[in-house]
Amino acid sequence: MPDISRDEVRHLADLARIELDDAELDHLAPQLSVILESVASISAVAADEIPPTSHPLPVVNVFREDVVRPSLTAEQALSGAPAVEGQRFLVPRILGDEQ
Amino acid sequence: MSHTAPELLTFEDALERFDPAMGLEVHVELNTNTKMFCGCPANFGGEPNTQTCPTCLGLPGSMPVVNGKAVESAIRIGLALNCSIAEWCRFARKNYFYPDMPKNFQTSQYDEPIAFDGWTDVEIIGDEGPETFRVEIERAHMEEDTGKSLHVGGATGRIHGADYSLVDYNRAGIPLIEIVTRPIMGAREKAPAVARAYVAHLRELLLGLGVSDVRMEQGSLRCDVNLSLAPAGDGSLGTRTETKNVNSLRSVERAARYEIGRQAAILAGGGSILQETRHWHEDTGVTTSGREKSDAEDYRYFPEPDLVPVAPAREWVESLRIALPEPPRERRARLQADWGFTDLEMRDTVGAGALPLVEETITAGAAPQAARKWWLSELARRANELGTELSALPITPADVARIQALIDEGAINDKLARQVFEGVLAGEGTPDEVVASRGLAVVSDEGALGEAVDRAIAANPDVAEKIRDGKVAAAGALIGAVMKEMRGQADAGRVRELILERLG
Repeated sequence: MPDISRDEVRHLADLARIELDDAELDHLAPQLSVILESVASISAVAADEIPPTSHPLPVVNVFREDVVRPSLTAEQALSGAPAVEGQRFLVPRILGDEQ
Repeated sequence: MSHTAPELLTFEDALERFDPAMGLEVHVELNTNTKMFCGCPANFGGEPNTQTCPTCLGLPGSMPVVNGKAVESAIRIGLALNCSIAEWCRFARKNYFYPDMPKNFQTSQYDEPIAFDGWTDVEIIGDEGPETFRVEIERAHMEEDTGKSLHVGGATGRIHGADYSLVDYNRAGIPLIEIVTRPIMGAREKAPAVARAYVAHLRELLLGLGVSDVRMEQGSLRCDVNLSLAPAGDGSLGTRTETKNVNSLRSVERAARYEIGRQAAILAGGGSILQETRHWHEDTGVTTSGREKSDAEDYRYFPEPDLVPVAPAREWVESLRIALPEPPRERRARLQADWGFTDLEMRDTVGAGALPLVEETITAGAAPQAARKWWLSELARRANELGTELSALPITPADVARIQALIDEGAINDKLARQVFEGVLAGEGTPDEVVASRGLAVVSDEGALGEAVDRAIAANPDVAEKIRDGKVAAAGALIGAVMKEMRGQADAGRVRELILERLG
């Protein structure tokens, strides 16, 4: 049965820049394990000869013509942003480092 | 951030003790009209956030659709690098939490690249002439570029100490091909030169394919240099660093050389190399520590459920293969024969990154030797002074051809041409505009020229006497005097004729 450790949850939280205290880790780690167990029950019915499937439809090569379509205006693009400066999305200081 | 230079081992000492291994990752922005997964324009330089849509902003309910032209370009790049083309491959989500992708993931390819297992031969100039080095290509895969962040506060433009960041998503979603080499080993002291030659070769190849603008200074071609050292003769691979932000051919070579010296000093001192991302600083010529490299599992790659697999038909792949342009080496051989360049002239032209510029200048009407001369002397000198690439100079091959045409017409001479170059590079306009505004045309007024010659003879009776006595070589002094009076704006050959007419 899959099990997700408290340390793994802490690592995931770090990657996601989410701060979790010890109480929250204690609370969340078992919950995530339950979710993984539920999903893993699929492997109980999947026989060895059935390959993993990422796409249910037997469709390949869906391509778009390289033709420009209208973009949003900057106002529209930024309309949902919590903060804007200089026609750009303003985001909090980024800890850690650049991608 | 501290920029104090750490201790380095000299390059020679480093190589005595260690063998460098390099892996080069080159990102190429394709020059398609639209982005990888949506119809937003993919051109450079738009006002911030004017080239986005719900798909590239990752808004709920939006669905990506693959740009067919980008797939075609990816396959052509793979074929030009002698790769196998996947019969079936998928896109994958690379998950990470950084605001340069509004989706919180980058759509990329993971273990199923569209092209893999290739090679390409690059040429470097060794002590005994040209040497060919085979670089093996591990893979070339399709992905999308990220948005551009501007860090505000703290040190300008740097992420450390920034108070907040401003993000422009125009670039997010532009088709990107990442080309990854296998470890390049055995290059020894030539490793930095091989790295540079590989990127230059790739640039030439991609330019020939017409799939990208390949402008390093604008970021449409970017190189990450992975480098590690192992004890000399050991044949193993050490811990590597990945140096990013290497944005010119010259920097590729310098960054590789720097990392060899830095890592060698650490290893020689009994230390160990931290596997990390490092940033190259063009101004100071050093790399500094970035972040510790995430493990692949931290990106939690999984197949992109919103895109169906890509399965290029073999007929399509073969038709693209047949239509590939002439490879760079064959092309160079043909051009050298057409232009009548010596091996040395051709090598210098290629080495300076001037081949496409010289070719375009010749296409624009200049004689091959004239085109070569201007790009490799006057303009190479200016590029060197400015610390930039020839292609980044604000002058076009058509301008160079026009300046040569002005010389051929007798409107200016070589000396004046240098001033025309200066004017064009200073943004004063086209060659004709610079000639007009600076008043550079040679004086073809025979009367004015004759008067200047008469004055020079009168002012230098001793010299004139020598010439009368048959010492024609002495005419140089009078020509110099006339040219000076005409402020260089005279045809020296014609001045000589006028002097000899009078004194011969």
